[in-house]
Amino acid sequence: MRIFVCVKAVPDTAARIKVDKDGSHIDPSGVKFVLGPYDARAVAKAISLKEAAGDGAEVIAVSAGGTKGERDAKKRLKDALALGADRGILIPDDGCENRDPLEVAKALAAAIKAEGEFSLVLLGRTAVDDQAMSVGPMLGALLGAPCVTDAVGLEIAGGKATVTRAAEGRQQTVELTLPAVVSGQRDLAEEKYPKLKEILKAGKKPIADFAYAWTDGGYTVTALEPPPEPVAGKIVGEGPDAVPELFNLLQNEAKKLSF
Amino acid sequence: MSEFVGADFFELDHLFSDEERAIRDSARDWVDRELIDSRLIEEHHRAGTFPKQLAKQLGEMGYLGVTIPEEYGCAGLNYTGYGLIMQELERGDSGLRSFCSVQSSLCMFPIYTFGTEEQKRRYLPKMAAGEVIGCFGLSEPDHGSDPSGMETKATPDGDGWILNGTKRWITNGSIADIAIVWARTPDGIRGFIVPTDSPGFSAPLIPGKFSLRASVTSELIMEDVKLGPEALLPETTGLKSALMCLSSARFGIAWGVVGSMMAVFDEALRYLQSRTQFDKPLASFQLMQRKLVHMHTELTKAQLVSYHLGRLKDAGKAKHYHISFGKRNNCWAAREVAKLGRELLGANGVCDEYQVMRHLMNIESVYTYEGTHEIHTLVLGEHLTGFPAYRG
Ligand SMILES: Cc1cc2nc3c(=O)[nH]c(=O)nc-3n(C[C@H](O)[C@H](O)[C@H](O)COP(=O)(O)OP(=O)(O)OC[C@H]3O[C@@H](n4cnc5c(N)ncnc54)[C@H](O)[C@@H]3O)c2cc1C
Repeated sequence: MRIFVCVKAVPDTAARIKVDKDGSHIDPSGVKFVLGPYDARAVAKAISLKEAAGDGAEVIAVSAGGTKGERDAKKRLKDALALGADRGILIPDDGCENRDPLEVAKALAAAIKAEGEFSLVLLGRTAVDDQAMSVGPMLGALLGAPCVTDAVGLEIAGGKATVTRAAEGRQQTVELTLPAVVSGQRDLAEEKYPKLKEILKAGKKPIADFAYAWTDGGYTVTALEPPPEPVAGKIVGEGPDAVPELFNLLQNEAKKLSF
Repeated sequence: MSEFVGADFFELDHLFSDEERAIRDSARDWVDRELIDSRLIEEHHRAGTFPKQLAKQLGEMGYLGVTIPEEYGCAGLNYTGYGLIMQELERGDSGLRSFCSVQSSLCMFPIYTFGTEEQKRRYLPKMAAGEVIGCFGLSEPDHGSDPSGMETKATPDGDGWILNGTKRWITNGSIADIAIVWARTPDGIRGFIVPTDSPGFSAPLIPGKFSLRASVTSELIMEDVKLGPEALLPETTGLKSALMCLSSARFGIAWGVVGSMMAVFDEALRYLQSRTQFDKPLASFQLMQRKLVHMHTELTKAQLVSYHLGRLKDAGKAKHYHISFGKRNNCWAAREVAKLGRELLGANGVCDEYQVMRHLMNIESVYTYEGTHEIHTLVLGEHLTGFPAYRG
């Protein structure tokens, strides 16, 4: 079994993001980049699938991203290797920040196809920086493989993947014929900490470069702004007496309720 | 994940290798989740107990005996990496760091350095896994700063030994499977590996500590404990062998207390920014800023000291007086920072919902053990002047 996990270097969620002078990029100075938290769970899942499958299974981490400074995808591939992936593939892209997600999916698909066979591609449901949520499904299409998003459970048996998905207000179980592409929620796997010996071993695992001829695609980020300041809350009363007014405001002012 | 982001005023971060940073970050996340966010440390600090389940977890993460080579089940890490792990553990709690210091520097290190191949194979892998816990018995009720006066005796008995004496203030004592005990023999002071289930050996807990409450501190009572020849650490030759272990542990302490300072400073800064008095954030008052700046300055200087000490040790150039400098300066600074941090939090600063007072109380032990501040002053005094002044 061969499992690919796509991972991205993203700013630490605790980092305070500032917009660069050009108005469409973040100012990376002082920002710490980490392995995407959903991606980390996808790696953890891939490792447990590999362990369950036994001998011969391989986990390959793939990342398209920067090669300089903190936004260095190679470092984040090392994180994936320290979690237990066997080897890495880096698709260098120093213009990665506002890259067209379709281009990213094409690059990942090309790198994966170049490796030949695969059983499964795992990704996080979204990268926590741009929250595009689109690379997973597009990758599925490009690889011609069935794809589900937001998996919270995944089992492999008899050439099939059984995926549990968190859908709105319900849990769905989907069966996919392998090879397949699955993007995962946090609950897909428990968080793993890179263990000391694994971190040291990761330094010796191979990371190969895969060159991709990037184009701008049909996608341009024209502005980046901090989110609007949250509006101050309002207390409309106390206890059951407040309910009618609350309904009124939710329905007519916030327009969050409709009947 | 906690919001703790560390302190790096002088941009030391890029001086660490990617590997060192990855090791630190992983330890940081582990401490956040297992110790702080889970409130495990609060619970054990209140109860005055060591979270013993962490021993195996520490082993799994690879944090025990990190500098010992892989063939004994350890990681063969450099000393800077060891320091960074100690820093992160002590950001959680000095008791947790003490557990690791004792296991790694005071027990595994002497077995590795002074032991036979058989002793190494027998103990080190299990100790690295946290399955066998060690303690280190040097101090005695009447011999603390001056262990050369120790009364514990190992008398030759056939091809083995009979051990008699009392050790006091022994970290991990009551939870240990083996004790590294230093005792007087006809050939001077030597070290022994003593299984704690040996007849005549007991390790009662010392109750009522205000400090390092999440760490076990005990007495070791040895009454005619019979030991085989395999108990002796054959390469130990006098008190200086014990002092070599202490040197390694003190190095870890110099790093560890930086973690304590980071925790206190981070908590104090957040508190001052969020709390308002006299219609203004506390952080906007000059008197508050003065205290914060003092804390931050001492923290930053201590970081520079531990960083440099780490590189010196990795280059094989760290002398015992360099390590005394690090232990002395950084523990003093941590005590200063904890005291001010506690002040800054007002009444909240005396409550265990916040960390500052726990760190403040812990530092009193850290300031005292492994050579008190005065003893390291005397080490440095001797280095500078050539006059040993320990006896006045
Ligand atoms: C929580 C805790 C854990 C410990 N764990 C261990 C352990 O695992 N193993 C172990 O062997 N020991 C351990 N110790 C013991 C520790 O190392 C000793 O407490 C320390 O060495 C000081 O000895 P003492 O307490 O007997 O104080 P003393 O030596 O009696 O000192 C009392 C005071 O006199 C000062 N003083 C002493 N001599 C001089 C001098 N010449 N000039 C000026 N001032 C001087 C000291 O600085 C101190 O302020 C632990 C202690 C604590 C508190």
